[in-house]
Amino acid sequence: MNTIIGRKLGMTRVYDDAGRVIPVTVIEAGPCPVVQVRSGDDGAHSVQIGFGTRKAKRSTKALVGHVKASGLTTVPAQLKEFVLGEGDEPPKLGDTITVDIFQAGETVKVTGTTKGRGFQGVVKRYGFKGGPASHGSSTYRRPGSLGPGTDPSRVIKGKKLPGHMGSERHTETGLEVVRVDIERNLLFIRGAVPGSKSGIVTVRKQGGQSRYA
Amino acid sequence: MEKLAIIEREGLRTDIPDFGPGDTVRVQVRVREGEKERLQVFEGVCIGRRGGGMSETFMLRKVSSGIGVERIFPLHSPGLAEIKVVRRGRVRRAKLYYLRKLSGKAARIRERRDS
Repeated sequence: MNTIIGRKLGMTRVYDDAGRVIPVTVIEAGPCPVVQVRSGDDGAHSVQIGFGTRKAKRSTKALVGHVKASGLTTVPAQLKEFVLGEGDEPPKLGDTITVDIFQAGETVKVTGTTKGRGFQGVVKRYGFKGGPASHGSSTYRRPGSLGPGTDPSRVIKGKKLPGHMGSERHTETGLEVVRVDIERNLLFIRGAVPGSKSGIVTVRKQGGQSRYA
Repeated sequence: MEKLAIIEREGLRTDIPDFGPGDTVRVQVRVREGEKERLQVFEGVCIGRRGGGMSETFMLRKVSSGIGVERIFPLHSPGLAEIKVVRRGRVRRAKLYYLRKLSGKAARIRERRDS
C-alpha cells in the first residue's frame, strides 16, 4: 500500500543533526482500515480505505453494511479509493494501514483542498503584474486588454479573469518525509502542504528525489 | 491545534534561563569548521524576543570595535551550547531598537536589582 489519509495538524520546525532548522508540517495519518479491495482484469487493484469515525446518527445503513465486511462497527468519516500500481500486493480486507508504510527520507506527494480565498482579482489569482502605481496611472490591479477586437469579437475561452480562488484540490509533489512517529500516527513532512489546519489530506509515495535533495 | 502544541513541547530545551530584553546574555555557539567543532562566544544585550514555542528567537546586540553587531538566535536550537545571563537590565520596552541610534554613555542600561 502506498497511500494514507490524514489530518493536517499544522506547521512547526525541527532541527536536523547539523542543527539546521527544517520547517515541517505535522500530519496525523491513519490508522486507516481497508474497507474494500477490487481487482480489475488487467491485474490492477483499487483499495478503499477509511479514516476517522462518523457518529452512528450520521451513518446511513448502507454505509454501515458496506464497512461491515471488514469488521468495522463504526463508519469512518472519510472513505477514499486508491488505485495500486501493477505488481503491488494489495492489502486484505480488514487490514489496517498505518504510518509505518513510510520511512524518513522518502519522497511523497500530498493532496488536499487548498484554503478558500474567495473572489480574487488577477493579481493575486494569476500573478499578473497590474499597472503602474503612479504617474497618472489608473490601472492599478486591472487585467488590461482581454484580447483581439472585431475579429473574433469574443473573448477567447480560458482567458484568465477575476473569479473564485482556492478551495480546490491540489497536489504538492516532491515533498520529503522527515520523521515518522508510529506510536502516535504522525508524519512530519518537510515544507507546506495544501489546506488549513485539520484539513483532510492524502499522503502518497512518489519515489525519486525530493525537491530538497 | 492542541495536539501540535504537545508535539512541539518535546523538542523544547529545558535549560534556558529566564531572560528578556535589557539583559546581557552570553551564548556559546557551536561552530563547525570542516571536521572540528568549536565553541564561539557571543555576548550582548538582548534587544528583543519574538515568536513562540519551537520558533522563538532572540536578538543580541553588541558593539564590537566600534561597529554594532546584532545576531538572531533560535532559542531552542541545539547549536547553542550554553545560554547564560550575565547581567539583568531594567528597561521599559519589549524591543530595544532605540539602542541602534545611541552610543557610548547613552546606550547604557540600568541594572535591575531584584527585590
